[in-house]
Amino acid sequence: MKKILILLLALPLGMVAQKKQKKNTRTQFTVHGNCEMCEKRIEKAALYIKGVKSADWDVRSNQISLIYNQKKVDLKTVHMGIAAKGHDTSEATAKKEDYDELPKCCQYQRKE
Amino acid sequence: MKKYIFIVCLSWGMVYSQDRLSGVIKHQENNKNYPLIGASVFWKNTTIGTVTDMEGAFQLERAPATDLLIISYIGFITDTLKIDTSFISHQMTQNQKDELDEVTLTQSRKASQKSFIETQNILKLSSEELLKAACCNLSESFETNPAIDVNFADALTGTKQIKMLGLSSPYLLISEENIPMVRGASQAYGLTFTPGTWVESIQISKGAGSVTNGFESIAGQINTELKKPLTDIPFFLNLFASINGRYEMNTHFNHRLNDYWSTGFYLHGNKRTQKFDNNNDGFLDLPVSEQINLMNRWQYTDLENGWVSFLSWRYMNDEKLLGTLSYNPQKDRGMKSRWGSEIITKRWDASFKVGYVFPEIPYQSFGFQTAYSSHDQDSYYGLRTYDINQQSLYTNLIFNSIIGNTLNKFKVGLNYSFDEYVEQVDGDLYNRTDRNVGSFFEFSHDNNDNFSWIAGIRVDFHNNFGSFLTPRIHVRYIPLEEFVIRLSAGSGRKAANIFAENQTLFATNRAINIQSSQGKIYGLNPEKAWNYGLGLSKSFYIGSPHKMSLSADYYITRFTDQVLVDWESPRQISFYNLEGHSSAKSFQLELDYYYRNFLNFRAAYKNYDVQMDYKSGFMQKPLLAKNRFFANLSWESKISSMDKQWRWDLTYHYVGVQRLVHNIVDRPRGFSPSYSLWNTQLTRVFSKKFEIYLGGENIGNYKQLSPIIGANDSFGADFDAAQIYAPIFGGMLYSGLRLKI
Repeated sequence: MKKILILLLALPLGMVAQKKQKKNTRTQFTVHGNCEMCEKRIEKAALYIKGVKSADWDVRSNQISLIYNQKKVDLKTVHMGIAAKGHDTSEATAKKEDYDELPKCCQYQRKE
Repeated sequence: MKKYIFIVCLSWGMVYSQDRLSGVIKHQENNKNYPLIGASVFWKNTTIGTVTDMEGAFQLERAPATDLLIISYIGFITDTLKIDTSFISHQMTQNQKDELDEVTLTQSRKASQKSFIETQNILKLSSEELLKAACCNLSESFETNPAIDVNFADALTGTKQIKMLGLSSPYLLISEENIPMVRGASQAYGLTFTPGTWVESIQISKGAGSVTNGFESIAGQINTELKKPLTDIPFFLNLFASINGRYEMNTHFNHRLNDYWSTGFYLHGNKRTQKFDNNNDGFLDLPVSEQINLMNRWQYTDLENGWVSFLSWRYMNDEKLLGTLSYNPQKDRGMKSRWGSEIITKRWDASFKVGYVFPEIPYQSFGFQTAYSSHDQDSYYGLRTYDINQQSLYTNLIFNSIIGNTLNKFKVGLNYSFDEYVEQVDGDLYNRTDRNVGSFFEFSHDNNDNFSWIAGIRVDFHNNFGSFLTPRIHVRYIPLEEFVIRLSAGSGRKAANIFAENQTLFATNRAINIQSSQGKIYGLNPEKAWNYGLGLSKSFYIGSPHKMSLSADYYITRFTDQVLVDWESPRQISFYNLEGHSSAKSFQLELDYYYRNFLNFRAAYKNYDVQMDYKSGFMQKPLLAKNRFFANLSWESKISSMDKQWRWDLTYHYVGVQRLVHNIVDRPRGFSPSYSLWNTQLTRVFSKKFEIYLGGENIGNYKQLSPIIGANDSFGADFDAAQIYAPIFGGMLYSGLRLKI
């Protein structure tokens, strides 16, 4: 029993040591949305894309700050992934039907 | 920088239907007005919002729940407007870069808040809530709040004792900035050693806590955050006086040395000189006392490179004189002439904390904290002596990061603690050293929507407890809008510091009887318990300005091992390990009602069922009310243009019957009467810098008559000042001022 516990004690240390610095890239671009609910939607959309590590969208500036692993995902996929949830980004436009499915408050004004 | 906000109300209202709001958002540059394109406009705390078009115009549906509209745009100061028309024209003010330091964030934060976002059941009290209490230290900070019950500990020291979930404070982990604080030697009086004005906020979490701060929390955790030199105001002064002869002074100085360093100096003093014996039992109703408490903090902040550090030290000296009215320590100490007591406590604390956030990956950080304290109490109660000295060292290293993405976070770390106790109890000497190395891992998942959970485990190696695991889990689920379900489970352990935790026993002449079970702590085994909790919370709106929330929670603590404190036989107090069953069940139903920001009404019903197998049978814990009711009404006037404001607060406590233990003097006593207490406070804010407050505590003047058993034979075997179920001192009026510069 004691040996197992000592092993368990050492485990977290091992995990820290194992955490190598990975190739992380930071970026920022525009994602359209209006409100706090959009914030949850947009961040969730981004975070559910494999390779995206952190996503922080700001209501005021409509800017999303991303940290993602370049080796696992390219930026285009992220743009597409967010647009698929109905939010236009600076490089991808959402389909009409996805936009229409947005909650009422999130139906931001589109450019056209 | 002055902010010019123009709200022009035009009579266009009729053109638009009543349930829509429209308006124009502008900004001024070189004395010309320009439309602000793309500014976001939304109703506060709702998801109803829009952005302004090319003309800076917008149209928006009315939100039923609020009339506060938030307008924001990057580079501009976010404005919150109260809307009572159907059209607005608003000018935004630019947030100038070189004046960033002057930007003041005014939050309309509620004084106490139940968090909907946190996975754990956490109640946050801001410094505003703390202002509602009469005075002046942490032990008195919880009276306007139903989560924690406050009682007098005994009839002599005037000390208050807190309980949560029906369990007394030793079963809570009380920490200061996440460093365990009120524990061991400071258990009896420790809460009175933190002045209320030093406190920035308090977080109360019910049930199994987080594994990161140790294995000791059983019923819950209370963490206080102190004022920080960088964010606190440069100068603060608080003076307080009450008609029971208590005077307090608090003053804070904060200074920013350069871009990185800030320092703060905090001084507290209190004194009670007058002697009172309103119940004519020959004993002081409250002690004559004096406390000096000072703290110096240094804060280092380098946000660019991700470093934050605190260095603090603190010294406290507290002296109390209690007992009979005419007791003179020089003449009467050690004599059987008059009963008297002196309690002198000196305490040193020093702590160092450093946190580093990886600038490239802000979701990854590490924190290190270490704290040393030396606590020295010398005291005697009549002919009994009680001295305790505790040297304590605590260190904790935490690493935070993510797995995959920020929806999955983890904390991992190590901590070490060392405690050395030297105690003298009457003629006996007790020494003990506790050493513990622990390691923990805590994982949390949040789907950024309606479900989150935290699971933690720690493994500890303790010289007196052996090695053991502590698992804890919390789940939060939102099945419907504004409806939260929370579940928690976890275990906790602690050493029973039987004398320090039950210091009231020295205010009796009961003989101490420790029934050893060959354990390592006074011959006793450590305490161990499991805590399970279920909480439900629902918010709803009734009409436009009204907001209501209803919450219910049920917690059960089951002890698998416990050190029972048995007062059941007259003339003695026994300590022994539990044989059989012991549990504490607590139910709380709470209603909160807000009318805009002016009025808040809170009511709570609490039911406690705390029973255990004493040697004399399975019984309810004595001096614990099974039923309690709490209500609080607070009102704030609108802040006038000159920053003047009134604030008023009324609190009601109903305390049900409590079981009393038998004694020989006045025979079987059965149950205490139930009673009610009323507190009130009125504050006049004259400006942002100056306010005066006036209040009354226990204004119904309820008192426990003849609180001391055997008061006329204070050296006899039946003398007992620990059987307290109600206030000893009647109504109390107080007044004070606050100066903030």
